[in-house]
Parts: sequence; C-alpha cells; structure tokens
Amino acid sequence: MARMIGAEMFFETLIEEGIDVIFGLPGGYVLKVYDVMPKFEGKIKHVLTRHEQGATHMADGYARASGKPGVVLCTSGPAATNTVTGIATAQMDSSPIVVFTGQVPLPYLGSDAFQEADHIGITRPCTKHNYLVRKAGDLPRIMKEAFYIASSGRPSPVLVDMPKDVILEEDELVIPQEINLRGYKPPTKGDPKQIQKAVDMILKSKRPIIFGGGGIIHANASPELIEFAHRLEIPVTSTLMGLGAYPQDDPLYVHMLGMHGSYAANMAVHSSDLVISIGARFDDRATGGNFDEFSPGAEIIHIDIDPSSIDKNIVVHCPIVGHAKLVLQQLLDALPSKIEKDRTEWRAQIEEWDTKHPMGYNQTGDKILTTYAIDTLSKITDDDAIIVSDVGQHQMWVAQFYKFNHPRTHITSGGLGTMGFGFPAAMGAKFACPDKQVVCVSGDGSFQMNMQELATAVEYKLDLTIMLLNNGHHGMVRQWQTMFFDGNYSASRFGVLPDFVMLAESFGAKGLRVDKPEELEATLKEGLSTKGVVLIEVMVDCEELVYPMIAPGGAMNDMILGAVDVA
Amino acid sequence: MRHTISLFVDNESGVLSRVAGLFSARGFNIESLNVAETLDPDTSRITLVTTGDDFVIEQVIKRFNNMVNVIWVDDLTEEPRVEREMILIRVDANEKNRAEILRMADIFRAKVVDVGAQSYSLELTGDKEKVNAFIELLEPMGIKEIARTGTVAMKRDAKNSNTGDAQ
Repeated sequence: MARMIGAEMFFETLIEEGIDVIFGLPGGYVLKVYDVMPKFEGKIKHVLTRHEQGATHMADGYARASGKPGVVLCTSGPAATNTVTGIATAQMDSSPIVVFTGQVPLPYLGSDAFQEADHIGITRPCTKHNYLVRKAGDLPRIMKEAFYIASSGRPSPVLVDMPKDVILEEDELVIPQEINLRGYKPPTKGDPKQIQKAVDMILKSKRPIIFGGGGIIHANASPELIEFAHRLEIPVTSTLMGLGAYPQDDPLYVHMLGMHGSYAANMAVHSSDLVISIGARFDDRATGGNFDEFSPGAEIIHIDIDPSSIDKNIVVHCPIVGHAKLVLQQLLDALPSKIEKDRTEWRAQIEEWDTKHPMGYNQTGDKILTTYAIDTLSKITDDDAIIVSDVGQHQMWVAQFYKFNHPRTHITSGGLGTMGFGFPAAMGAKFACPDKQVVCVSGDGSFQMNMQELATAVEYKLDLTIMLLNNGHHGMVRQWQTMFFDGNYSASRFGVLPDFVMLAESFGAKGLRVDKPEELEATLKEGLSTKGVVLIEVMVDCEELVYPMIAPGGAMNDMILGAVDVA
Repeated sequence: MRHTISLFVDNESGVLSRVAGLFSARGFNIESLNVAETLDPDTSRITLVTTGDDFVIEQVIKRFNNMVNVIWVDDLTEEPRVEREMILIRVDANEKNRAEILRMADIFRAKVVDVGAQSYSLELTGDKEKVNAFIELLEPMGIKEIARTGTVAMKRDAKNSNTGDAQ
C-alpha cells in the first residue's frame, strides 16, 4: 500500500480502470492534478482541448466509436458548466462518459467563491449519477463506481466533483476490487416467460418487422440481430441511432424509419402486424410523434434495458427488460429448429413501396446537391469508415444516403440534436480508432459552434477529414420556414461567414473548396488521401429539402414525399 | 389520482433533490413529503404524496428504480396500508372557548402540549380526513399557527390486515 495525494490516486485509478486517454483543460482547482500528470506519462495521454464542451464531445465520440467510457477532466465553475451540453448530449444518446471536475475546497462550498458553481445540482438531471468526493480515500472507490455506473445497464454520463482540498489530501491508496451498490442492479437477461410469449407472437406473425435502435450498438448485439433476422426472415428497419447495427447491403434491410425515414420503412412499420423493437425508445422523431396512430394493426414487443422506456410513449404488448445481446440470445435459443414462415407477400409489398418512392436525388444543375455530395462520399470511403455528422439537414442526408454496414461507424447527436457535436466527436472517434478512416460531415452552422478544436486536431496530428457542406444558412431551420412558415426566412441566413479554407489553413490544417458538381469527387478524393487535418468546403444549394418528411405530430403513413425526380 | 409512494434511499446529501427533481422536471407538485432515518442509519425512508396522471406516476416510479441512491420503491396507493399524519396546532384560547377546545381535543384524542396565556397548543395524529376535520372544527376559534408532518405510510401486515384503523 502506498500513501499518496488525491491527485495521484486519480491517475492510479484511471490506469487500473484501463483508461489510456483523457480529454481536458487545466484551471484553478485542478492544477495539482495537472501538476502530478507528467509522472503518469506513457500510461495516460491527455488531450488538451480548446474548450470544455469540445472535451466532452470528444470523450463522447471516443466512447461511441470504441464502446469504452470516455473521460473528461476540467476545473470548476465555467469549465464545469461548459461540459453540461456535452453531458446532456451523451445522456440522450446513452453514451458512457465520466466527467471529473475540480471544485472549491470543501469549507468554501456554497460561499460563492471564485469559479464556484454547484456542479452536482446543475448536472443532476443530465447524469445517471454524480458524486461529490469528500475524502481522498474515497476517490478510488467512487471512480470505480462511476465507471461501472456509466458503462453498465443503459450507458450514461456520470460526473465526479473533486474539491481542491480532497485533491491535495494524503491517504493510503485502496482501489476496491468489488463494487457494492445496493440501489443499482442493472438488468441482464430477460424474463423467460416474456421470452416465450415473444417467441409465440413472432411465430404466428405474418408481417413482422424489426425496429432496431442504438441499444443494439451499445450492447454489441449486431451478430445476434443478424442471426435472428435471418433465421426468421424478418425485415429490419433502423432508427437514426441504430444505423450500422444491421448491414445495409443485407437483402432484409429496409432503411431508416422516422421523420425523415424512407417511405418503405415507415409504411412497413405502419402496416406490420408485429413490431419487434430492440434498443429503441419510440421517440417522436422515430415514430412521427402521433403515438395514438402508431402501427395500428400491430402487436409490439419492446426489448429495452431501461424499464422506464417501456410504455413511455407507446403502450406495448410484450415488454422484455434486458440487455439486447442476452435477450436476443435467449430468443434464438427459444426458437424451434424448424420455423414455418412465408414472407413472400410481405417482402414483395415492402419492395413495392421501396420502388414506388425510393430515396433519391437528381443532380443536374450547376449547384452541388448535398444528397449527391454524401452519396459520393459513401462510394469513395472505406467500408468501415467512421462518419460523424453534426445536426441539421446534412445529418438527415448522411442517415439517408451514406451506406452504413458496421456498428459504431455512424456517430451523431440524435436525441439532444447538439449542433457543434460533430467535429469534436469525430476527433474523439479518431483517438479511439486511429487506424480507421474518420470523416466529419458538418454544416456551416454546426461547424462554427466548435471550430476552435481545429487547433487541437492539428496539434495531435490527427488524420481527419472534415466535409463542410456550406449552404450559407441554418439549413433545417430554413427548410421548416419553407414548409411550415410560408417561406419567412427569419434569422436563418448568415450575413457573414468565415472563409473556411483560410480558416483551416490559419490553424495549420489543409483547406480545399469545391463548388462544381463535376469536380466534387476528385476534390473529395484529394482530401481523403491527404495526411493530417483536411477541411473540404463543399458549396451546396440551399434550396434542397430533406424528403420524405412526416410533419411533426404526424402518423407514419402520412409522409410529405416532395418532388424528387429520381434520374 | 392521489398516490402515496414509499421509498428507501441512501441516507446522504442530495438524495432528496434527486427524488424531488423527477417531479419538478414534469411540472408536478408534491403534496407532502416526509423523510427520516430507518433502523439502519445508512438508510432513510421517504413517504411522498402526490396527485397526478397515473401513467406519468408509473414512469416516475420506474425512474426512481433507476436511481443509484434508491434502494427500493413502492406505490402504496392500491395496497392495504396505514397512513398517518401528525399536526401541531396553536389555537386562540380565551375564557369563553377554553372548555370547548379541551372537549374537542378529548373527542379527537388530541393532546395539549403547551398552554399559554392566550393559546393552547395541541398535538393530533390521524389519517388525512381526521386531521382535516379537526382543523375545520378549530378554525372558528382562531388558529394561530399550524405545523404538519405530512403523511407517513406503511403497508399492512398481509396476515393480519383488519386490525385497528379506528384512530
């Protein structure tokens, strides 16, 4: 046993937990932590971000790409409040991050000391749990618990607040090997009775569909999902967060559902007699928001690790609370060896919907369409490239036109819809997967919300491509103004934008620009094959709209299809 | 519908805020809230009474179950249970009504806990209806101050569920 101060225990416990990279920024109350950090060089890499929000999104991107918890370290007050958007983003998309904040010394708590904020109070509603550490000796146990809580059950953020006197306090280092939390027992296997009920429902169903969500990715359940779908010949559709969980080149795949989902997927869910939802929570963007008219003729099986997701939006017939991978294994084990099924008619029907209204675009004019740009990107990037999108029109087009065949290759802020998430999250993904091609697809609006991290990306010599789709507007705001506000384009156009190419160059990155459709592919290829940080500014048409669309509050069979003349 | 919810929680700072936060986040009001240590000093028992949509309350209870600091939660609303509240009430007492106040206290089995020159302070325990009836009767006398504990509740013993709710 060794005596040491809280700051050293912090690093010892991180190493014990297998953490090798942390994202952060130093400041007043965590200076001692930074002071001891060089002693742990080689074991832990610290990434100095330019903003704490950037650090939080990086940790989040790291977690989503790797499945391991992402770690943030920063000081108190403004630093801690800067992490809140990142924490809330991670919470909405069930991403495991652990945020460590410095805090004023315990005796000064609540005294409005310099850079004091109530981190625990502020982050209570957006974390799964948070801790105020009162003794250095407690820190290793609390950290073990924090990582366990963040990454087990439904993954979520956890915050650990470390007052300065605790960081400085000396004690014996005791890292407990066992975690004992009497109020926290995350679900594992599903109830066998419910499994049997689900199997009976599946076997008698004529028009089943799998409604796959992000929970499949968190649970690493893609192999089980593929086996399940294949054995039962059930078509698979996906929520935005589920993209990549099921290979899109598989014949049973029916593309994304929801507000901007495909006609075939939404019609299939609406017309199905059995919806098997796995790791999805039926939110308003995935269902259109008209919960009463959701899939009126269907029975619903809902597999979710979070009991509070059950019956929250849609009342279901067969809830199964459990870990998606384990529940799918249970279902596979419970299936009879011979399954009688005839899906010919059902699959032909889905095929017909797909042929009637496919996702498409018609790149004929001299302006680049974003759809065309993303489709091109999809064709020229690696099969397992990680694509990190930001928020807005381009995000929906990435979901519609990029072909995702592997889990953890599509990263986006789905639940909170945080503009500015994409670029730092892409950096986090690159730190997690240095050997994979990582592309950030962003818009001019989103990119401006965290572009300071260009400096971080260049400093750490990341090979990272940014495809910045510049339409001069908040595109999705403009789209809603076109469709629902009589074209009253109030405050959606940017009067001034930076020269993004020069901006990138000023940070030491490479900047490229393309505005002609015929030059797009060559420019993208040039950017993708260039080492280091490359920003490719693609000048796109601001008139293009995302279709199909379910108007907010609409039912899934009630889609606005748009006038896309597919060439 | 009115719900009586019982929670066993870790006895540490911030837990009450977590519990109350689930209500404020949904714009729900808590009618009464009672917290105290149990036999185990690491555990507190919370009795919470609220009125709201059953569907939402069910969601809130599921969220309670998800909380790391919540060890156990139960909605007692549909269960055979004993509910009690204690109040302290100070009433104007003058020569004309002193005897009347004492008679009422006697009928309700309230106790006089403090006597002043111009007032009596009474202690009463009972279910919500009894407590409210007592307050209503004393109102014309002039109530100076009142303090209520809020409801505490527990499930009845399953084997012996008919005894003594006479109070």
